[in-house]
Amino acid sequence: MRYILMMHAPHGDGEYEILTSWTPEDLKAHLDYWHDLNRALIDSGEMVGVEALAPPGQAKLVRAGKDGMPAITDGPFPEMKEFLAGYWIVDVDRPERAYEIAARASAAPGPGGAPLFMPIEVRQVMRSPIVEM
Amino acid sequence: MSAGSAALTIGHLLRDLAPRVLGVVARRHGEFTAAEDAVQEALVAAAAQWPVDGVPANPSGWVHHVAVRRLTDHVRSEGARRRREDSVASELWAEWAFVPPPDTELDVERDDALLLLFMCCHPALTPPSAIALTLRAVGGLTTAEIASAFLVPEATMAQRISRAKQSIRSSGVPFAAPSDEERATRLSAVLHVLYLMYNEGYTSSAGPDLQRPDLSNEAIRLAWMLRGIVPDAPEVTGLLALMLLTDARRAARSGPSGELIPLDEQDRARWNRALIDEGIALLSNALPRGAIGPYQLQAAIAAVHDEAARTEETDWVQILALYGLLERMSDNPMVSLNRAVAAAMVHGAATGIRMLDALDADARIAGHYRLDAVRGHLLELAGEHERAAAHYRAAAAATANVPERDYLVRKAAACRPR
Repeated sequence: MRYILMMHAPHGDGEYEILTSWTPEDLKAHLDYWHDLNRALIDSGEMVGVEALAPPGQAKLVRAGKDGMPAITDGPFPEMKEFLAGYWIVDVDRPERAYEIAARASAAPGPGGAPLFMPIEVRQVMRSPIVEM
Repeated sequence: MSAGSAALTIGHLLRDLAPRVLGVVARRHGEFTAAEDAVQEALVAAAAQWPVDGVPANPSGWVHHVAVRRLTDHVRSEGARRRREDSVASELWAEWAFVPPPDTELDVERDDALLLLFMCCHPALTPPSAIALTLRAVGGLTTAEIASAFLVPEATMAQRISRAKQSIRSSGVPFAAPSDEERATRLSAVLHVLYLMYNEGYTSSAGPDLQRPDLSNEAIRLAWMLRGIVPDAPEVTGLLALMLLTDARRAARSGPSGELIPLDEQDRARWNRALIDEGIALLSNALPRGAIGPYQLQAAIAAVHDEAARTEETDWVQILALYGLLERMSDNPMVSLNRAVAAAMVHGAATGIRMLDALDADARIAGHYRLDAVRGHLLELAGEHERAAAHYRAAAAATANVPERDYLVRKAAACRPR
C-alpha cells in the first residue's frame, strides 16, 4: 500500500529559514538526516518518490480567468500558517510502517540538533490492487 | 522486420531461455543467488548487443557463456583472497575457472525451472518480494521492466530483489529438489505467488500501456510453463484455467475511460471465446483426476459465469454449490461473502443479507469495505434503496481503488429516491 507523507513547515516570511538563519553545521546535520532517511527508504525497497518544493515565496495561486486563461496571484501568502515543504511517496506493507517513517521525518534535527517535530500529514494513495476471490 | 519488432522478438527469446540458463548455472555452481545475478547481467548484455550484432546461432549457449564468465570473474576476485589462506580452494577454483564456449549445448533438466520457482516462491519471502524475484529469475524480465510493472523506481526494485535473495541465502535452502513431504507445500506456495501476480496485473491494469510488461500475461505464461513441467497436478491446471477464464473477460470489464463494469453489466460479446474454450478444456482435464482444490473450484465458478450467454441465464444454483465447497476448503471470509451473493440470487436477497449478518462477527472482514459494498447490493435487490445507498457510500469512502470508488459512488447515486 502506498502513502504520501507531506511535510508541513511554518510559513515564516516566504523563505526557507534553514537557508537564511541556520548555522552551516545545523544545515549540514539537517541535510545529512534527509540523505540518510532517503537512503534507508531506497535500501528497504519502500521508496517510490521524494521531492522537495521551492520556498513558498515563489508560490503562485492560479485560477481560471473568465476567458479560461490563467489568472495568477503572486505569493507569498502570509495568511497561510503552514505550507508544503516536500513529500515522500512510500510503498509499505502496513499503515503503521508509514507512521514510523513519518515520525522519523518529523524528528529531523533543527538548530542545535534539537528535533523539529514537524507535522507530517500521512495519506493513503488510491490505486488499484484489489484481490479478487 | 522493423527494429521495434526485432527487439520484441529478442525480448521473448530472452524470457524463454532465462530460466533454462539459470537452472543450468545454479545447478552446476550451487549458489542460486550469485548465479541469478550473473544470468541477469548476461541477459542485460544480450538485450544491448543482439539488436546491433544479430542473434547468435546458439542464444542460450551465448547467455550461458557470458553468465558463467561473469560468475567466474566474481569468484576469481573472491578466490584470490581466499586461496592465499586455503589450499583446498585452489582445487575448487579449477572447477570454477572453466567457462564453456558460447556454442555449447546446454544440459537442461526438466525440473530446473520448477526448482527455480520453488526458490523464488520460498515461504520465507513476502508475496511482493516473491513476485518480483520470480519475474526476474524465472520470467527473465530485467529489473527495470519489473520496476515499471510495479510503478516504482528501478533502484527501489533492485533493493527489493536483493533483499529477497539475502533472505533466501540466509535461509540456507539448497538448489535441490525438496523432499516428497515438502514438495506439495512448496508447490502450493508457487501457485499462490502466480495467483497474486495475476491479480496484481488484472486489477491494476488501466488501459493498454505497451511500455509496461503485463503482469497478468506473465503469470499466465509462467503458469503454462509450470503446467508443462507438472502436467499431472490438477491444482496447477486449475490455476491456469482460472487465469484464462478470468482473462477472457478482460476487454469487457472496463469502459472507455477505465470505469469498472461489473460482471452482470458486461457486454458478453466482447468476452474472448477462445480463452473460455481453452480454460474449460483445461478444467475438464483436471477435475476428473479427483484431487479437487480451491483453484479448480474458482475456475469452475468462473466457467459457469463464462458459459452464460446472458446474465439472466447464469446458473446460480451451481455457483452456490461451488462456493459451498470452496468455503469448506478454504476458510476465507471473502469466499463467504461471494457465497452470500450466490445465495441471494438463488433464495432471495433476505437469505443473502442474513448470511452477511453472520460475517459481521468475523474480525477478518467486519468493517471491510467489500462487506459494505455487497450489503449495499443485496439491500438494493431487496428494494431497500435508502439503506443500500448508505452502505454503498460507506464502501466508496473506504476503498483505496479509484475505479471501484467511482462505481460505488454511482451505485449510491442511483439508489437515491427519484
